[in-house]
Amino acid sequence: MLHRLFILSGVAALGLVAMPPASVAGEWGAYEVGDIRSGYTYAAEETRAIQDDEFGNPGFIWVDYGEELWSDVDGAAGKSCESCHGDASAMKDGVSGMKGVATKYPVFSESMGKPINIEQQINNCRVNNMEADPYKWESKEMLSMTTYVKYQSHGMPVNVDISGAIAPFYEKGKNFYYKRRGQLDMACSNCHVDNAGNMIRANLLSQGMANGFPTYRLKWQKPGSLHRRFRGCNKQVRAKPYANGSDEYVNLEVFLTHRSNGLPIETPAVRN
Amino acid sequence: MSETKQYVSIEMTRRNVLAGGAAAFMGLTLSGLASATPSDVADLVANIAAGQTPQSGKIVLDMPQIAENGNTVPLSVSVESPMTDTDYVKSLHVFAEDNPTPEVASFHFTPMSGLAEVSTRMRMAKTQNIVAVAQMSDGSVFTESVQVKVTIGGCGG
Amino acid sequence: MAKKAKARIKAPKSVTVGEPFEVKTLISHKMESGQRKDKKTGEKIPRMILNKFVASYNDAQIFSADWHPAVSANPYMAFHMIANESGTLELTWTDDEGETFAKSKDIKVG
Repeated sequence: MLHRLFILSGVAALGLVAMPPASVAGEWGAYEVGDIRSGYTYAAEETRAIQDDEFGNPGFIWVDYGEELWSDVDGAAGKSCESCHGDASAMKDGVSGMKGVATKYPVFSESMGKPINIEQQINNCRVNNMEADPYKWESKEMLSMTTYVKYQSHGMPVNVDISGAIAPFYEKGKNFYYKRRGQLDMACSNCHVDNAGNMIRANLLSQGMANGFPTYRLKWQKPGSLHRRFRGCNKQVRAKPYANGSDEYVNLEVFLTHRSNGLPIETPAVRN
Repeated sequence: MSETKQYVSIEMTRRNVLAGGAAAFMGLTLSGLASATPSDVADLVANIAAGQTPQSGKIVLDMPQIAENGNTVPLSVSVESPMTDTDYVKSLHVFAEDNPTPEVASFHFTPMSGLAEVSTRMRMAKTQNIVAVAQMSDGSVFTESVQVKVTIGGCGG
Repeated sequence: MAKKAKARIKAPKSVTVGEPFEVKTLISHKMESGQRKDKKTGEKIPRMILNKFVASYNDAQIFSADWHPAVSANPYMAFHMIANESGTLELTWTDDEGETFAKSKDIKVG
């Protein structure tokens, strides 16, 4: 239910209501597939320009660091990522290569009996194959490795398969997305489906697509994971956020990433 | 608070307005911190000008009219100059009138710079004027300013 | 943390004598402004920024910048230069404690 309200504000800077970017069908090229639009199409021109320049986009500092870590031997097994997977930039072929891998995540893990995302697969590799300590979720190392792995699929369309064993987890994620929560009693969909393209005070609400994560947010002044963004959104509606890597958030990631199917992977994206 | 009160018409749900209220409160506490003033910047400019009246022209100060986020506002400045050994831009200073401190950055060129043109990104606490001052090798001083609006957003995260 | 600062430089591999070209740089740094408070303790987080950027070519300084806390985190700095002979572009960033970070890039003229 929408009301037209006059909001009294003591903040001079608030007197602005920027116009949403026009949406002429097809104008956004690869960033628009059918009815879905990347967050890129909701970002300001200057923010898009930062993303587009790989020597201006600060997210690439984390790509570089991920590349360093890729060949760093760590753990009791004396291995690096490279020991098993070879050249990360090669098209995935058996175990080697990382190109294309990120388009399919989250995937169903037979051994875990549930879906896992890229962060969790990285830590599986570290613990089981490298015999190294797992990275902490939002650590520089984890953000760098995730950003590096996802960057190998840069420009490739998201292509998450929800058939088979993952299907019930997708349904759980979908239920989470449409369920009202928190003191403000709002569902993810209230903002990102019902009001995508509308202003929430000075910000333009996007469709909340997942194809750019980890994303360098100007607000964070560094890249952050999709689950960090989930936690932020949940806190904003004054709901208790779930833990990074919790089943709830991984299921939500399954739903949300599938919802982004067809959009190009933009990691490292740059957003407000 | 000395800010002008403004009435803003936005179409949104009642709940969104509540969420926005929290962000507005944060904005108020932030702008309550000690801050530079336009006269602080005027003093800094006068100091650089050393008795001269800064001239207008020669500087192109390129910034967005509205910054999407005050943490990272792109800034590009160029100063018209042949950049020869005898005629070049020595320094370019950037000031912010309403940040906690007025200085943003100073850039020092040489004839080997070829072009007096720089880009960086800056923090802005709120809507304000950004002032650029160029010192030329012959001692002349030029200035330019631009107002950039900073939006206080709805979705912190 | 500052010790592990990561820098990124973009400059053309090959340039023409006397023709200005752009150099783009990025470095990882929080640029702690000294204005923020620790959410838990309420105490001010001390200022810790990169305050100086210097670009030298074949040991001659061609450009420098003084940075204040208003420069954004992970600072981006693009500037121009000319090169009359092949050589090495040396970039250094200095923080509030005087620690420096350096990165260089070879440039070919011709």
